Amino acid sequence: MESVSASGLSKDYQVGKLTVNALKNLNFSIGSGAFVSFVGPSGSGKTTLLNLIGCLDKSTQGVLSVAGVDVARLNRKQSALFRGENLGFIFQDFNLLPVLTVFENVEYPLLMVRKTPAADRKKRVLQLLEEVGMTDQKDKFPDQLSGGQKQRVAVARSLITNPKIVLADEPTANLDHKTAYMIIGLLKRMRDELNTTFIFSTHDPKIVGEAETIYTLEDGELNGSQERSDKRA
Amino acid sequence: MAVRKGATNVLNVIKIAARNLLRYKRRTLLVSLLIAIGVIFVQVFISGTAAYKNIIISQITDAMLGHIQIHKKGYLVSIENVPLNLNLKPHAVEKIEAGLKTIPEIDAYSMRLRLGGMISNFTETTNIRLFGIQPKQEYKTAPLLPGRILEGKSELESGQILVPSTLAKGMHLKVGDLIVIIATNKDGSVNGKQFVVGGILEAAPGPGGRDGYIHISDAAELLRLDDAEISEIALHLKNFKDIPNVYAQLTQKLGGELNKEGKTAFEIHTWEKLSPFANIAKMLDLMTVFVKIMLVTIVVISILDVMMMSVYERTREIGTIAAIGTLPSRILAMFITEGLLFGLSGVVLGNLVSYIIVRILQSMHITFSFGMREGLVLDPKFDPWSVTAISLIVIVISVIASVQPAFKAARLDPIKALRTT
Repeated sequence: MESVSASGLSKDYQVGKLTVNALKNLNFSIGSGAFVSFVGPSGSGKTTLLNLIGCLDKSTQGVLSVAGVDVARLNRKQSALFRGENLGFIFQDFNLLPVLTVFENVEYPLLMVRKTPAADRKKRVLQLLEEVGMTDQKDKFPDQLSGGQKQRVAVARSLITNPKIVLADEPTANLDHKTAYMIIGLLKRMRDELNTTFIFSTHDPKIVGEAETIYTLEDGELNGSQERSDKRA
Repeated sequence: MAVRKGATNVLNVIKIAARNLLRYKRRTLLVSLLIAIGVIFVQVFISGTAAYKNIIISQITDAMLGHIQIHKKGYLVSIENVPLNLNLKPHAVEKIEAGLKTIPEIDAYSMRLRLGGMISNFTETTNIRLFGIQPKQEYKTAPLLPGRILEGKSELESGQILVPSTLAKGMHLKVGDLIVIIATNKDGSVNGKQFVVGGILEAAPGPGGRDGYIHISDAAELLRLDDAEISEIALHLKNFKDIPNVYAQLTQKLGGELNKEGKTAFEIHTWEKLSPFANIAKMLDLMTVFVKIMLVTIVVISILDVMMMSVYERTREIGTIAAIGTLPSRILAMFITEGLLFGLSGVVLGNLVSYIIVRILQSMHITFSFGMREGLVLDPKFDPWSVTAISLIVIVISVIASVQPAFKAARLDPIKALRTT
């Protein structure tokens, strides 16, 4: 089953009188449970593509289906609901809410987006914190954590709603190599356990090697893909 | 179950909003203090002016005027001349009394016969204006009147006169002295009657406050009135707040009575129409409105400013929560709740400090004078209605002031918000 499929996908930006073609006629398909990386230099369109898949932006042309839904048809509220139901996000700068503890940060989507009962919430949060090895830090606030710990919390938060797809834009950019590998390893392990589709962008060649499918973007065009079946656990 | 979930969600929104406020402790404290200072200023001002107004109004109404007066149509415009031809005839008084007895809010009423004349102590003569009264009725209607008697007894017997202190001083009158009152009758003839000074009366603020008092039977005799005519009926109500209600009832009951010309036979006036202090009271009310407007301005500017700053500083955070699926309506609720909490904290702190200040003012027994009355004690009260009204105003304005920044936050484009550093 396809998690994401794009057909003739284009995105243009208007910068003053100039039209910038950020993405040009992309065609690709990502299966369920895939561990996919979009690579390319800065300005190649990686983030723009992730924004489109993440229903944060709308394409100019083409069809984009995410979790079986043509996301171009969703309005602002429907997009928000769709994201809450189907997608998880991991950000380069972790983007944890500073006023909430580790536990509360992970709990947030269940509380404010899904409205899950308290008992279920607690069970699920503790389970995920255990998975990412952050149980003993659950009462700390983000400013008391290291970068790697913050990203582990962000991973747990992205998975708390059992999303079909997790999108990660440069998830290891602000981490040292050791921590970056640890985070990628964690993502893969979670994928194996939950069969969640992971799509991340990176320009770190060492991290790229951990993906099972690599799409290369250059100047908004898809410049080939590479399957690495040996990476599947 | 749904209600419980809803309550949990509200609590969580409040929790996050409260944490965001505590995150910027100094700023939150400053804004809350600013709102609290505004609340304190308004509450203390309202307490002070209300206390001042109440004392003065009670001095005016309870010392002489009464809460409402009824006259024959046209009497009030000629009141300075004390027109005897505009007195109420016995049949008119009967009609009015019949109406008064059906209004339970009326505590007491007093029939007064007003007259102007000359007073002589046999060596000096000067002008005087007098109230002819039934003492028992009058003291119920103007309960502070006995307290105005500086010398002598309050029991005004027939043949006695209560002389205003200014006149007594000028004419060197003492209690027990003999004087003569000369008055012009309705037919133009002059009559005189001898009185004993029964008491010296302190002047009261307002019209009629420097008039003397004699028994109503003496007044009728002096004016050679065959019928039991009176000039006015003064009313004292059980509750001051019932004035508009009683006025409306009286207007309804007596408004239908017409004179020979087919016009309304009686005129009914509340104390506000009879005393110039009503204008001062209105000015105080107007000042209170201005003070409230100042408070609203303080609340609007401070909350709008701090909330705009908050949205600006937390743009990336807003982008994050929007990206992970938080509905715009929930983001709106979060920011409005922050505004609400600002207002609440200012209200709680402000009311608490206001209460302490009002208690301190009460214990200080601040005195002031009004007209000839000195030593009036200002007794400010912490009025629950005022507290509720001001609190509601501040809270509602806090919410309103936070709506614009909250909308801005809710409408932020997640992509642009996430790009901000």
